[in-house]
Amino acid sequence: MEFSRRDTLAMGLGAAALTVLPFQVNAAAADDFIAEFTGGADLGEGGLTLTAPEIAENGNTVPVSVEAEGAEAIMLLAMGNPTPGVATFTFGELAGSQSASTRIRLAGTQDVVAIAKMADGSFVKAGQTVKVTIGGCGG
Amino acid sequence: MISRRDFLQVSMAATAMLGGSAYGSWGRLAAQQKLTQDQLLEFDTFGNVSLIHITDIHAQLKPIYFREPSINLGVGPALGQVPHVTGADFRKMYGIEDGSASAYALTYDDFTSLARGYGKVGGMDRVATVINAIRAERPDALLLDGGDTWHGSYTCHHTQGQDVVNVMNALKPDAMTFHWEFTLGSDRVQEVVDGLPFAALGANIFDAEWDEPSENFEAYKMFERGGAKIAVVGQAFPYMPIANPRWMFPEYSFGIRDERMQEVVDEARAEGAELVVLLSHNGFDVDKKMASRVKGIDVILSGHTHDAVPEPVLVGETIIVASGSNGKFVSRVDLDVRDGRMMGFRHKLIPILSDVIEPDKEVAAVIDAQRAPYKDQLEEVIGRTDDDSLLYRRGNFNGTWDDLICDALLSEREADIAMSPGVRWGPSILPDQDITREDIWNVTSMSYGEAYRTEMTGEFIHVVLEDVADNLFNVDPYYQQGGDMVRVGGLGYKIDITKPQGSRISDMTLLKTGEAIDPAKNYVVAGWASVNEGTEGPQIMDVVEDHIKKLGTVTVTPRDNVKVVGA
Repeated sequence: MEFSRRDTLAMGLGAAALTVLPFQVNAAAADDFIAEFTGGADLGEGGLTLTAPEIAENGNTVPVSVEAEGAEAIMLLAMGNPTPGVATFTFGELAGSQSASTRIRLAGTQDVVAIAKMADGSFVKAGQTVKVTIGGCGG
Repeated sequence: MISRRDFLQVSMAATAMLGGSAYGSWGRLAAQQKLTQDQLLEFDTFGNVSLIHITDIHAQLKPIYFREPSINLGVGPALGQVPHVTGADFRKMYGIEDGSASAYALTYDDFTSLARGYGKVGGMDRVATVINAIRAERPDALLLDGGDTWHGSYTCHHTQGQDVVNVMNALKPDAMTFHWEFTLGSDRVQEVVDGLPFAALGANIFDAEWDEPSENFEAYKMFERGGAKIAVVGQAFPYMPIANPRWMFPEYSFGIRDERMQEVVDEARAEGAELVVLLSHNGFDVDKKMASRVKGIDVILSGHTHDAVPEPVLVGETIIVASGSNGKFVSRVDLDVRDGRMMGFRHKLIPILSDVIEPDKEVAAVIDAQRAPYKDQLEEVIGRTDDDSLLYRRGNFNGTWDDLICDALLSEREADIAMSPGVRWGPSILPDQDITREDIWNVTSMSYGEAYRTEMTGEFIHVVLEDVADNLFNVDPYYQQGGDMVRVGGLGYKIDITKPQGSRISDMTLLKTGEAIDPAKNYVVAGWASVNEGTEGPQIMDVVEDHIKKLGTVTVTPRDNVKVVGA
């Protein structure tokens, strides 16, 4: 195929519609959410599984799952979003399992955190960084 | 009591000794005169099971030149570890003599003179000969293809991968997994997979809508070989929808998915697998981490990062084997599987020196038949390299092929700055060699080759470089997206690979004026291989062809516009 220089220059606009830019993390807001849920109790570890991709395929809809056997409630937070609270899942006594899956939108690379309130009133935390990247250049 | 890990370490020691004799003793002599096919294939058959691994062929059916990287940096725990060792350090690590056939196959120094002495590498007709020789010794050997097979050449592009499918079918693989295949579009992938006479595997190929394992690809396949039950599990490239255009295969999701891999391995074991082999397109560092986290994998056949590693790497009780790219190597792994588990191995990375290994006539005829309709297009000479110019790509940063492609973008698209993807495929061209249309396609062929032209602020260019750098130099391999650094033209910069994202890139300079890049100013940027749908522009192969045609004779010298610190 032959392209004239003029054709070539005219064709190339609108190529890189890239939208990922650095953003400021609203840490204080996230801390407030956690304090409200836990009443300031210490956060332990273990018994809570958070499953999320290491790198999001699409930052607008990131699949996230949480599971904590015997939990009364699990709060899910996107620590870097303007509004960090994603959801709080509450499990009744007759719940077959204490697990939930959802999809969340992430404003950029950030930690996704889950906090479970266990039946004995204690709290455990799990977290993972989810990267949101421009992409391209794949090997 | 001797643990299984001890057994494997004994095998490691044996490999090192074999490696020493097999590799080191191929002296500094012209391949076709002194080295024989028998020497290349020499192998003391071991145990009861043989695996043959080939990966990342990138549609290279004919012999080519392929220069290994001069720069392949590891960060964090991977610093200075295989495969992040190159050149003289690599030869020292494996006891390889300078100037030997192994030095030519595995390292980059003196590439031009060694290439003239030892000749081209690869060619699927030569690969067929090696496979047949192994099958003669072990008729039920498993042939496993790690993917990136139906991509990377003129004929592959114009036949939608059918040329490579036809040639591979003639080799009779037992299973394969995937990466670039999906850039043919999911409909075409499905069409080919439906007709494959072997297993199409991917435990991590998920239905994007339901986030559940796809029903179109099996997670693993069970084989009975040498009296043992063997599960071959597939793992497709995890970051396909990020590194390549998601819109070409919107039905699918991928990801690393450790927990899924553990489930699949456990399921295979429960079904009676005595040996679990992971046919992986994760890349080497991701495979190392996966081996440390998922229990019960005996062998990982590692692809994606194109590493040619002369000895398996042992992680826990898992051995990791990597077999290079572009048809340049075949790995043979013999295993002793008894009492329900792998008790030892013997391994050889066989370099496909195409002047030494006799082509298989049957497969050579199949290859010629694929190429025949395109012969004139393929062979048309577009330009020539001068006496000192070696064109190569492989490495973390710009190779000379990338510089030439960036020059083409700057010149043909009238841009300030050029960006070219950090892919690992693409054969080399020696000095004083014709550059044909086929050669240009070998380093540019893809289904989204539109060469865009756009404006970016200095700040945004910085964000792009930081983003891509973190996809390569994040200390956690699970957060590495899988490519090498984006190649740039018209732009200089400094990179500190030890820093976190946002602070690696500094001293960005517009080369044509020598001025520092102004974050607020707009620059005209030309590039190709955008993952965004609707990208417009001429195809990169045409842009490069026009540029080379105008140049006639190509002169390139390695450039120093990227300064790397912290390595």
